[in-house]
Amino acid sequence: MPDVNNRAPIIEVTDIIKHYGSVIALNGVSMQVSAGEVLCLLGDNGAGKSTLIKTLSGVVRPSGGVFRVEGKQVDFRSPRDALDAGIATVYQDLAMIPLMSITRNFFMGREPRKGIFPFRHLDLTHCNNVTREEMRKIGIDIRDPNQAVGTLSGGERQCVAIARAVYFGAKVLILDEPTSALGVAQTSMVLKYIHQVRQNGLGVIFITHNVRHAYAVADRFTILNRGQTLGTFAKADIAMDELQNLMAGGKELQQLSAELGGTI
Amino acid sequence: MASLEQKTAAAPKADERVKQVGFVTHMMRRPELGAVAGLVLVIVFFFLTADSTMFSLSGLMTIMAPASQLGILAIAAALLMIGGEFDLSIGSMVAFAGLIFGVILTNFGQPLSGAIVMTMLFAAFMGAINGQIVIHTRLPSFIVTLAFLFILRGLTLVGLKWATGGSTQLRGIGDRVKDSPLLGLFSGDAFKGAFVWLADHDLIDKFPNGMPKVTGIPVSVLWFVVLALAATWVLLRTRMGNWIFAAGGDPNAARNSGVPVHRVKTGLFALTACAAALVAIITVLDAGSTDARRGFQKEFEAIIAAVIGGCLLTGGYGSAIGAFFGAIIFGSVSIGLTYTKFDSDWFQVFLGSMLLLAVLFNNFIRRKVTGER
Repeated sequence: MPDVNNRAPIIEVTDIIKHYGSVIALNGVSMQVSAGEVLCLLGDNGAGKSTLIKTLSGVVRPSGGVFRVEGKQVDFRSPRDALDAGIATVYQDLAMIPLMSITRNFFMGREPRKGIFPFRHLDLTHCNNVTREEMRKIGIDIRDPNQAVGTLSGGERQCVAIARAVYFGAKVLILDEPTSALGVAQTSMVLKYIHQVRQNGLGVIFITHNVRHAYAVADRFTILNRGQTLGTFAKADIAMDELQNLMAGGKELQQLSAELGGTI
Repeated sequence: MASLEQKTAAAPKADERVKQVGFVTHMMRRPELGAVAGLVLVIVFFFLTADSTMFSLSGLMTIMAPASQLGILAIAAALLMIGGEFDLSIGSMVAFAGLIFGVILTNFGQPLSGAIVMTMLFAAFMGAINGQIVIHTRLPSFIVTLAFLFILRGLTLVGLKWATGGSTQLRGIGDRVKDSPLLGLFSGDAFKGAFVWLADHDLIDKFPNGMPKVTGIPVSVLWFVVLALAATWVLLRTRMGNWIFAAGGDPNAARNSGVPVHRVKTGLFALTACAAALVAIITVLDAGSTDARRGFQKEFEAIIAAVIGGCLLTGGYGSAIGAFFGAIIFGSVSIGLTYTKFDSDWFQVFLGSMLLLAVLFNNFIRRKVTGER
């Protein structure tokens, strides 16, 4: 397997298997991601992307296979375990609570407190300052960290969710289709931020079905098909349309593409 | 609203598409705004129509006593609603906790302190059961607690007949507790000395013999105020408060961020049941007896007060101080109408209209807050 960065992987899974009753969701998936690289996980619907992410983020436990984080074998029982190991997952639309303020969303589940026991309370000034500062770093100028997240655009929400994961010390970010519901400008905002995160030395697993978005930021691509790894390719070794064909997993798309005058 | 927003020059780097947040919009972000506006409206209405004795000290106490009993329930119901769940069994829980409390005192002959602790523990346990059923079956809490509305009411009737040998009223509680040092915390009026002093100095109305017409503040009012303040502080300033908003706003997102959603919800159900038990203890001690109709339909009144106070039916948004004002509106209208020339049966008409208005208003506010168009 090509390892462009020649670094030890942060996450390495080998032959992961997951059965849901009689349904085989994952049937021997292997992949790895190192610090400072973006691995793009590609696959059509039903390829097993969601199950793989859920396994990596501790939501489901694999039925078999080896899962190593920084060389050590792990067995996550809850999302909390994965978070503690430095694996943060940003879900497409489950990341933020629209009715709550940006600050409250940013610190949700990890609220800093001050004071002694019966009067222990949130350090809201600190929270607001951190939120404003972190937002400024990623180029989102918020006037009021107390405004509801619902007032932010989709791209901004994704960026807030990513910034939150980075701030709380994630080593690996799993981004579940962060760009699929976004317009062009919003997408480039998120892709730019993913690039920035990589430069800060984090590993990123980027899930998408949009090959164009994948090609823009990824260093390597792992392609899933019907619960198995179809292969892993470095960016230099594969062209965009080749990737597209592999992902569709067949010749139908090529045919269709020809029929439609090569527009897919 | 929009026309009142400040359109002054924005800061140099501000996004030109975002209007400056004016004072009015800022106030609109407060969930309790509707309740405060409603209360002002109600006060103006009674100021114009009601006999002036309504606004005397004794008139106020007459309003605040029932408002506070409802309010204790409404504050807990508001927290639970913000946490994304309903409890329709609180009214029946008042009756059931009253029965447990009465039986422990009379049939088992326990002291007041023991009876209070045991009633509270029992209520918390029942609330936690409600919560666990809702969480594990994933049924709407509306249905689960509707079942408990009937189960608890029925158990109260059966239990009362068993405890009294056939009656639906359990008497003799007053005699059992009259010497208890704890009695003053749950029954009667507080600050009696201060009121006597005020009367002596002609600061409040008094009878010809020099005793004040209002002997003190009912303890239920003190509980009401303290609980409203505590609940508001917890919601806005503590980690638990953030978790309550998160659990109600989007349980999945909250869980993914490490919020123990199940524990939060179970705790809220237990808290709501304990609030019902507190109301039971206060009213049973005041009456000296308990009966099967205690707390009848209080669940609806409490939820209405919480909604008037700005709680969204879908959870994740609302305020405890709003529920506080909602309960006062409720008390003002239910008692206040007797001070006017209107038939006091208009109360229910008013109640329904108020609820409808509040829900419409809350929906409008939610769209405003989230910037939904």
